[in-house]
Amino acid sequence: MGNEVSMGKKITAILMLVVGVLFFVRAMMLDFSGSKADFRGAMLIIGVVLIIAGLYFFPTLRYHRTIINIIFLFPLLFAFLVTVIIPLVLGVSYSFTDWDGIRMNNIVGLANYTKIFSQKDFIWSILITFMFVVFNMILVNLVAFLLALLCTSKLKGMGFFRAAYFLHNLIGGIVLGYIWQFVFSNVVTKITMTLIKDNTSMLENFRTAFFAIIIVYVWQYAGYIMLIYITGLNTVPGDVIEAAAIDGASPMQTLFDIKIPMIAPTITICTFLTLTSAFKQFDVNLALTNGTPSADFMGEYITQGTSMLALNIFQTAVVKDNYPLGQSKAVLFFIILAIVSILQVRISNKKEVEL
Amino acid sequence: MHTKEKTSSVIVKVAIATIIAIYVLFPFFLVVINSCKTKDAITADPIGFGGANFGQLVQNLSDVINNNSFPFWKAFGYSVEITVLSLVFLAVFGSMAAWVICRNKTKWSTVIYFTFIASMIIPFQVVMLPLISTFRDAGKFVGINMLFSVAGLVFAYLGFGGAMTVFILNGFIKGIPYELEEAASIDGCRPEQTFFRVIFPLLTPVITTVTILNGMWIWNDFLLPNMLLGASSGGSGGVTTLPVAVQAFVGSKVIEWNLLLSATLLAMIPIIVLFLVAQKQIMNGMIEGAVKG
Repeated sequence: MGNEVSMGKKITAILMLVVGVLFFVRAMMLDFSGSKADFRGAMLIIGVVLIIAGLYFFPTLRYHRTIINIIFLFPLLFAFLVTVIIPLVLGVSYSFTDWDGIRMNNIVGLANYTKIFSQKDFIWSILITFMFVVFNMILVNLVAFLLALLCTSKLKGMGFFRAAYFLHNLIGGIVLGYIWQFVFSNVVTKITMTLIKDNTSMLENFRTAFFAIIIVYVWQYAGYIMLIYITGLNTVPGDVIEAAAIDGASPMQTLFDIKIPMIAPTITICTFLTLTSAFKQFDVNLALTNGTPSADFMGEYITQGTSMLALNIFQTAVVKDNYPLGQSKAVLFFIILAIVSILQVRISNKKEVEL
Repeated sequence: MHTKEKTSSVIVKVAIATIIAIYVLFPFFLVVINSCKTKDAITADPIGFGGANFGQLVQNLSDVINNNSFPFWKAFGYSVEITVLSLVFLAVFGSMAAWVICRNKTKWSTVIYFTFIASMIIPFQVVMLPLISTFRDAGKFVGINMLFSVAGLVFAYLGFGGAMTVFILNGFIKGIPYELEEAASIDGCRPEQTFFRVIFPLLTPVITTVTILNGMWIWNDFLLPNMLLGASSGGSGGVTTLPVAVQAFVGSKVIEWNLLLSATLLAMIPIIVLFLVAQKQIMNGMIEGAVKG
């Protein structure tokens, strides 16, 4: 009886496998023969699903665990391979060619890289990105830490303030960027008009526009970093602080000699988060200034005075339709980020040993 | 004397906190108040209540929704569909993969795990252009439309969100005693039953965290949908998402701030409502993700 059931199961499983493979092979044959039939996509999917089902129902005790492992890993790994690994390998190799998004004719070696470094606007972009990252890292962490100190003092209603400071982190950079564009071009100008009789918008000069981006970014990001600092500060045991107070430590001493050293790991996390996110920031830059206004740099006129690396790459590739240069810039961007991340990990590992 | 000092410092602290809150929330106030005005009233008085009335708000909102260059309902519907599908797939496939990686200490699982971790530093820009060509060519080859489609975008989110999802889930699964799985297997559970009946229900808290982190990112993401769906999809035809639609709307308009601000208001409302409903979970999820990531 039991044998019959397992026989039936075996036959169904093998049938599923065979039909699945047939579907898969037929769909592939259609693909390779250049067929434009609409059903070949569905055929391929049915084939793959049948193969998976056949494997799953295959009555084997010995290999069942392995089969399950493969089936469980397959969907995520396949998506990861197609969307991340293959494009990464292609992208790095394309940066050495004249690939225009559709076809490539020549391998040009390092020509793209020498070209991007001869463009002053790209050098400018790197410079302001680094400046932006440094400003942001300091300001976001400082503001967030002060907010966290405020929110961890035992006061009523702090839950509300915490939520209020955090809220805008949930709203996308595109929407926030346009809101602040309104604020800078209509509201701030109104205020400066009444105060100092000047209604030039901050967004009309690249220096002030740069600080406008920093203001918006700190405004958006500090609430999030604050939450992490609050978690860190809450792990500092209350009795340690009490003991310090009994020993006559001033609030400043408690802060610098107890709280800050005790949350050193949190500070590392926050520094890392602000660093990488500031490097990658794109949405606010696009929505607020879209790279404008122009700037002068090394005697050259640069139309995109506030265009940071991520936006510069986007504009090169998508707006100016120059894929080879955009791709090489992106690879360089990746290398910079990788170096920063590795440095950060090394520094934080060292610190943890010291503690 | 001592208590007096304390109350005064409390007042100072609350005052500071309130001032910061007003500063921080002021832009939102501006959005709401100016969505209630006409274009001219905004130019005349962008800060105060002058010229603001509820009727104008209704007027602006209906103007925006019925505007041909801002397909609000369509973008909203697609945004919900794409986010929900991506989150479900990431939660299910992510925990399946994390479980296999965590419970099999082989060379392969280690390689896969470290590839996932290393991939988290890859910026989207470096894979952006080849991704489009891969999707276009592979889609054309097998006859499944990957560009300009919900399926393609969800697939891309599965790929890009997978690494962080597996990383966070892996840390949690490590903490689940292996004896539990052994007991289940002695009781006659097959491995897939062990996973879906024993392990998966235990993952609820960490899946909440992962879903919040991925959800915030996917809902607000601009660059990926903009590249895959095409900037031109903001019009009447084609798939689009809210951030892409907002950007296309602003780009297409001579600056009419009453409509633009109403559009941003519409785009913000869903997130703010969600935050008011699930404030605690969202904040905890964001913290956990950062501390573990």
